[in-house]
Amino acid sequence: MLITNVETVPGSKIIQHLGLVQGSTVRAKHVGKDILSGLKNIVGGELKAYTELLQDAREEATSRMIEQAQSIGANAITNVRFATSSITAGAAELFVYGTAVIVEEEQN
Amino acid sequence: MYIPYDIVAIIVFLMLGYGFGQLAEKKHYRSIKQRENQHKEILVFSAKTPPSDWQIESAELVQGSVVVSVDYFKRFLFSLRNIFGGRVEAYESLIDRGRREAVLRMKEQAALSSSQSIFNVKFETSSISRGVSSALGSVEVFAYGTAVKTTPK
Repeated sequence: MLITNVETVPGSKIIQHLGLVQGSTVRAKHVGKDILSGLKNIVGGELKAYTELLQDAREEATSRMIEQAQSIGANAITNVRFATSSITAGAAELFVYGTAVIVEEEQN
Repeated sequence: MYIPYDIVAIIVFLMLGYGFGQLAEKKHYRSIKQRENQHKEILVFSAKTPPSDWQIESAELVQGSVVVSVDYFKRFLFSLRNIFGGRVEAYESLIDRGRREAVLRMKEQAALSSSQSIFNVKFETSSISRGVSSALGSVEVFAYGTAVKTTPK
């Protein structure tokens, strides 16, 4: 599965559009990790637990989008966008969407 | 003798925040500069598509993200600054570190597939607040784009 965030797949030619595909996940944080992050907040710096949490959530959303694209027979997703929204204090939704297409390699 | 523990705790936090915060920031900037130098041959564009005369071999989505937090001392400085308004230098360095780190992580991912350039780079910044009472403390910076691998002519 080729994924890009531009309108085309550079190096390939789009032969068919299959419409919008999307994936999302809602994640809440772990209490223990939250307490540790609270302590880290005093000295500042990277909060690795949160970085990992959000990165995992994005991967999950992306894999759901890929599943949806595969089920309709696409081999690439173009124009991918990410969106993050906080639903309540402590939970966030990560949403990813794009256009499913069928591409073939360009002959030069 | 009466000891005001809450004030003592605040002073200890301020000192810890100042000491370790400054150290951590200097260390982070050193690492950022060193890695920026290492990946300087990967070019990052906000243009949408590569020039049409490029010979493109492959393209893929790359991303980098980081959650950074400001230290207790800087948060205190901000609460003072908030009275008079103006430039908040304490938070400028926080956002700067976050953006540069996110771009670096994106570049590191592009380097894995030996891509030479990244197109259509988008940034997303979101503040991670814990309840309404706490002021802005940590931000997530997320950068993503399309890494392009070109064949040499």
